[in-house]
Amino acid sequence: MPDLGKYALEVLSAYGVSLVLIVGIVLLSVARSRRVRAELEAVEARRQRNG
Amino acid sequence: MASLWEYANPLKFMRTTERILPAVSALAALCLVGGLVWGFFFTPDDFRQGSTVKIFYIHVPSAMMAVNIWVMMLVTSLVWIIRRHHVSALAARAAAPIGAVMTVIALFTGAVWGQPMWGTWWAWDPRLTSFLILFLFYLGYIALWAAIEDDDTAADLTSVLCLVGSVFALLSRYAVNFWNQGLHQGASLSLDKEENVADVFWYPALVCIAGFILLFVALVIVRTNTEIRARRMRALLARERGADA
Repeated sequence: MPDLGKYALEVLSAYGVSLVLIVGIVLLSVARSRRVRAELEAVEARRQRNG
Repeated sequence: MASLWEYANPLKFMRTTERILPAVSALAALCLVGGLVWGFFFTPDDFRQGSTVKIFYIHVPSAMMAVNIWVMMLVTSLVWIIRRHHVSALAARAAAPIGAVMTVIALFTGAVWGQPMWGTWWAWDPRLTSFLILFLFYLGYIALWAAIEDDDTAADLTSVLCLVGSVFALLSRYAVNFWNQGLHQGASLSLDKEENVADVFWYPALVCIAGFILLFVALVIVRTNTEIRARRMRALLARERGADA
């Protein structure tokens, strides 16, 4: 860990908040992608069953 | 060579983008982790700014992305208005939340960098203010898509909003060139090597910028394909409701 001196709080909070936001949008995007894909497959399967 | 307009076909777009997605995602992770680790652990402090210079590796790429994502949305919105390609409108919709997150990161890292360097978290400086307005435009754009049920009407209205917001996207990029007052300095990175920061900061910053760009490409692929599927699902459900009625 580098010595951040008197600005440690500023630097660490900048990195921490940014990483949380980046990881957050990645996880939300992947989760919604999986959910919508599964829902569409269910709707298409139902339509095929019903002709 | 295949025409660009072939990708207006949703199936062709999804097939092609899902083929390149693993490589883009891996490269994004490699550049982001590599660039941030390089910048955070292996670069020296600045003689005036101390360790706060490390914020540079997040602040500059996120601010660049915040503006350029809006420019991408402007281009895809224009394609929608002119050629009525749904994939184009959905790509703009998919990009907006990523742009909003990049704007928040740029504003937050700017504030925590500004406090020790300028003595204030915030100033009504031309660049900061136009960035805040750009963030509000992102929120308005996302809200407008969510508020309108008909996809084509939503795409039309959000495209117009995107055109209007482009003024602030360009202002947030060039405000420091238009007005001399304000705290924010001019561009730290430039194609002109004389204007650049020192190489020891410049090289890791370049890797971080590449990482942010690739992250955006990977995310916009995932999110656009999600929007295409969601649109198809809404159309199928509407057809089912019509058949039941």
